[in-house]
Amino acid sequence: MPEEFEPRIVAFFCNWCTYLAADLAGTSRIKYYPNAEVVRVMCSGRVDVQFVLKAFAKGADGVLIGGCHPGDCHYQEGNYKALRRYRLLRRLLRQMGIEDERLRLEWISAAEGDRVRAVINEMVETLRKLGPLVKSDAARAHLLEVA
Amino acid sequence: MSEPFGPVRIGVYICHCGTNIAATVDVKALAEYADLLPNVVLSRDYKYMCSDPGQDLIRQDIRDRQLNRVVVASCSPHLHEHTFRTALKVGGLNPFYFHMVNIREQASWVHESRAQATRKAKDLVRAAVQRVAFHQPLERGRVAIQPDVLIVGGGIAGIHAALTLANAGKHVFLVEREATIGGHMAKFDKTFPTLDCAACILTPKMSAVRSHPNITLWTYSEVTKVDGYVGNYKATVLRHPRFIDESLCSGCLECIEACVYKQAKVNDDFNMGLSKRRPIYIPFPQAVPQVPVVDPETCIQFKSGKCKTTCIAACGDRHAINLHMEAKEEQIEVGTVILATGFQTFDARRAPYYGYGKYPNVYTALEVERLVNASGPTAGEVVLRDGRRPKAVGIVHCVGSRDENTNRWCSRVCCMYSLKLAHLVKEHTGAEIFNFYIDMRTPGKGFEEFYQKLLSERVHFIRGRVAEVTDWALDSSEEGNLVIRVEDTLAGFVRRIPVDMVVLATGLEPHADAPEVRRLFNISCASEGFFLERHPKLAPVNTFTDGIFLAGCCQGPKDIPDTVAQAGAAAAEALALIDAGYVETEPNTAHVDEERCCGCKTCISMCPYHAVAFVDEIHKSRVNEVLCKGCGTCVAACPSGAIRQNLFEDDQIFAEIEGVLSNA
Amino acid sequence: MSSAYGYFPGCSLKGTGIAYEESLLALFHLLDLPLAELDDWNCCGATSYMSIDERSAFSLSARNLTLAQKAGHRDLMAPCSACYLALRKTQDYLQRYPKLAAGNGALAAIRAVRVRHPLEIIYSDVGLDRIRKKVARQWHGGRVACYYGCQMVRPYGEVDCDTDPTRMDELLRAAGVSTVEYPLKTKCCGGSLTGTTHEVGVRLNYILLKEAARKGAEAIVTVCPLCQYNLDAYQAEIRRSSKDPVDLPILYFTQILAWVLGAEIESLGLTRAIAGRKRIAQWFKPAEREAYV
Repeated sequence: MPEEFEPRIVAFFCNWCTYLAADLAGTSRIKYYPNAEVVRVMCSGRVDVQFVLKAFAKGADGVLIGGCHPGDCHYQEGNYKALRRYRLLRRLLRQMGIEDERLRLEWISAAEGDRVRAVINEMVETLRKLGPLVKSDAARAHLLEVA
Repeated sequence: MSEPFGPVRIGVYICHCGTNIAATVDVKALAEYADLLPNVVLSRDYKYMCSDPGQDLIRQDIRDRQLNRVVVASCSPHLHEHTFRTALKVGGLNPFYFHMVNIREQASWVHESRAQATRKAKDLVRAAVQRVAFHQPLERGRVAIQPDVLIVGGGIAGIHAALTLANAGKHVFLVEREATIGGHMAKFDKTFPTLDCAACILTPKMSAVRSHPNITLWTYSEVTKVDGYVGNYKATVLRHPRFIDESLCSGCLECIEACVYKQAKVNDDFNMGLSKRRPIYIPFPQAVPQVPVVDPETCIQFKSGKCKTTCIAACGDRHAINLHMEAKEEQIEVGTVILATGFQTFDARRAPYYGYGKYPNVYTALEVERLVNASGPTAGEVVLRDGRRPKAVGIVHCVGSRDENTNRWCSRVCCMYSLKLAHLVKEHTGAEIFNFYIDMRTPGKGFEEFYQKLLSERVHFIRGRVAEVTDWALDSSEEGNLVIRVEDTLAGFVRRIPVDMVVLATGLEPHADAPEVRRLFNISCASEGFFLERHPKLAPVNTFTDGIFLAGCCQGPKDIPDTVAQAGAAAAEALALIDAGYVETEPNTAHVDEERCCGCKTCISMCPYHAVAFVDEIHKSRVNEVLCKGCGTCVAACPSGAIRQNLFEDDQIFAEIEGVLSNA
Repeated sequence: MSSAYGYFPGCSLKGTGIAYEESLLALFHLLDLPLAELDDWNCCGATSYMSIDERSAFSLSARNLTLAQKAGHRDLMAPCSACYLALRKTQDYLQRYPKLAAGNGALAAIRAVRVRHPLEIIYSDVGLDRIRKKVARQWHGGRVACYYGCQMVRPYGEVDCDTDPTRMDELLRAAGVSTVEYPLKTKCCGGSLTGTTHEVGVRLNYILLKEAARKGAEAIVTVCPLCQYNLDAYQAEIRRSSKDPVDLPILYFTQILAWVLGAEIESLGLTRAIAGRKRIAQWFKPAEREAYV
């Protein structure tokens, strides 16, 4: 593993809770690692399994899904659907040999700016130890066929 | 994966936001980088994109350079997405050919390394450029706005908002949980800094509410269910039974006099438990509505069925008392909602070192408000629980405020009301008064002058946070007193101040049921538990749910002038919506590509709003775009990819993912 | 895994606080709570060492915690408040700053062992109901003031509430003893000040004694050997200097509980008491045994 390996994380944040929390982290000037890049969706329920697979296929070392706490979803139940999908997806990823730590589902409310920092930093540190997802280009090409 | 339709000409705009972005992100390099991306026709950087000249740049470029897509990299879309979409529209381009990149809240403000922040900004801009190529032109739908307004909470905030809207000719439902409107303000004696009598300025407004033809006042009621969306909310209001018919009662109050309980025995909550009331009671003499309530927990007739019911006899042929009254549910349709549910005070028992509940002569500020009030339990005499009149009084600031162990925030009003109480108690008793403070916070109009007045009244001010209130005496001079132990930080030593009476300036908190109430209305709470406003500076009365507004202390602690101002602001926001007559819906709704739909019905069960229905005739699903809120859950669930979501199409998001990850 | 509570007596319980150990062992025996004294335990350094050299002080406690872990104890009981706090503080700091533990080899122990105090063990693991049921003698003594001292409750507030603890009161009341309201129950007794700055230490103890008497207490009940010693040993001096006729027995809560639960008087260590001996003799009369209350 190269010494300066910096993991790349694609983060799918729901518009109402997690995205606002990330904005709050910004207005509070809370600092965290720059490894995560956010793709905004209206609800964590919008996160399609294919999005996650596409992210891994295109070079992400980790995927983070952020949604509202159970019971607080702006659209009532979208986050529960996200949770169900996430559980099945995780099984699928295991079969592909993708470690559990690379996919994370977190409930972060609009008031929890600091939690955004904590989750991202934790994930970055974990992934630094785990190393890049795919070590060879050939293996990466194989993944592409699935997505 | 499909290709965008037709030639794409993208304009990219990188905002400096003064130094907010430019200090950390290399905006010039970013603009140069964007220029080289596929389909990008021009790339600019500018100091303040959201300003008029900034928006002008976009408008000009659309015309001069035939742009058909625009990307702006600046602050959070929550702030200016609307601004820029409007700029596109004015420039003659469909506003949804726009995508915004957040390189401020989520890049320049949160990362320290210039190289890293710039690298991330480049990734995000690249992603946006790839995504926006797949944007389609969209039109906003319009929904009519129901002109009625629901105001939840009948304190000064709710009252003021209700009167403002009613005077503008709108019909208001004012729902209040207690048996009377007036809120906390009805309990105060005088208000700072003018020492106006609270009741004198409040009761005329309460009366106006009662008699206004445009206000439907429902007290002793609660909202239990809310459905719908901005402009079309359906609410269920549960009206608890008072057991007295409001339409028949004349407000004579003879039923209360006639109650078999000659001695009142139930704790009177309005007087903070300092006096007792009967099972049939009116919260205070100027209550609105002027209709008593029967408390089924303490009324003999309810408990045993064997009361003489002298109250009913006293009512005579008005027959207003109906002990068999049942709870009633009302369904209403409104276009907008204003939440004015107020606050609760900090429970002083959570600070046991101050002795509240242990020593009878330790009081909370609200209790003392009732003591000094001429219509309070002691007719305005400041008399202690043991009958004595105090000769020395200690007022402890910041109880349950500015405290890591209880509540961290400053409750904003306590310094002022502590000064007010110091003045009133001194006026009533001539006692020696000590105020123990951390800082004196007197920011409002006339507040500092009020403080100066108190200083000239020979009230003692000791700067120090009180450590404890105790009754152990160090020597005979302290016997029989309560002793306040505090470090006098200006004098530089620890002091023991013996007093007869301790007043705790308890802070303001959100109501204990704020989490439930906010779920009811689909809004959020901030980390302290107060309702979350859309923007603390620019949108303090809006929430993230369109059509739901906030007024008063439910949004954060504040005094009466600010509460009234905010209530007016909320009413104005509601009026703006109502008078526009319609509301434009976000077009990020789902729709079914009927060619692809195989009729598996997976989507039907996904939607909590029943926006997806199955059309039997064609054996396919169809989305009702008015009901659809645009969460996209059905879109992700569809096995055939037949349901698509405007603005969040699979193509667009795939492009964004790829853009974020392909190497810079 | 050992099912016994690891027992860390600390230096005091083998020295000036021997009455505490005697009554504690008697009480635990009566309650069928197995104790196993740590083999080769070392002094914890108490407040003295911790104030001078924190890192070395941590080593002392880390060693004791490791001994406990190796012996398979889930719980390590430290009756002396200073020992309790030294152990607990070491555990807290080493967990929060793992670099301190590096090389110490104690991190595993620190996570595996719970540091507890006998007051909390009896309150949580035995419970008020069981105490009530096991009462074998009626308490013929006077009303007592429960004195918790400062180190057991602060800062962690795990043994009992840090500002208004009540568990000792509740246990004694369940055993049939009347307690009084004692506002100074968490005010420091001065600890080692009676040795270093004598007048200050004695004055602090005077205030504690005076207030207990004023509230109607006829004895003070403690949880810490240093508090017990301070309150007990200087009463004659206090009588002389203050002219206050103070003469209060200073008992350990284990002495009273063990007595009420039926222990032999010899096992309570009452002969160690200095002040209030007349009352002690009256209250603890072995001949008057009564059946279940």
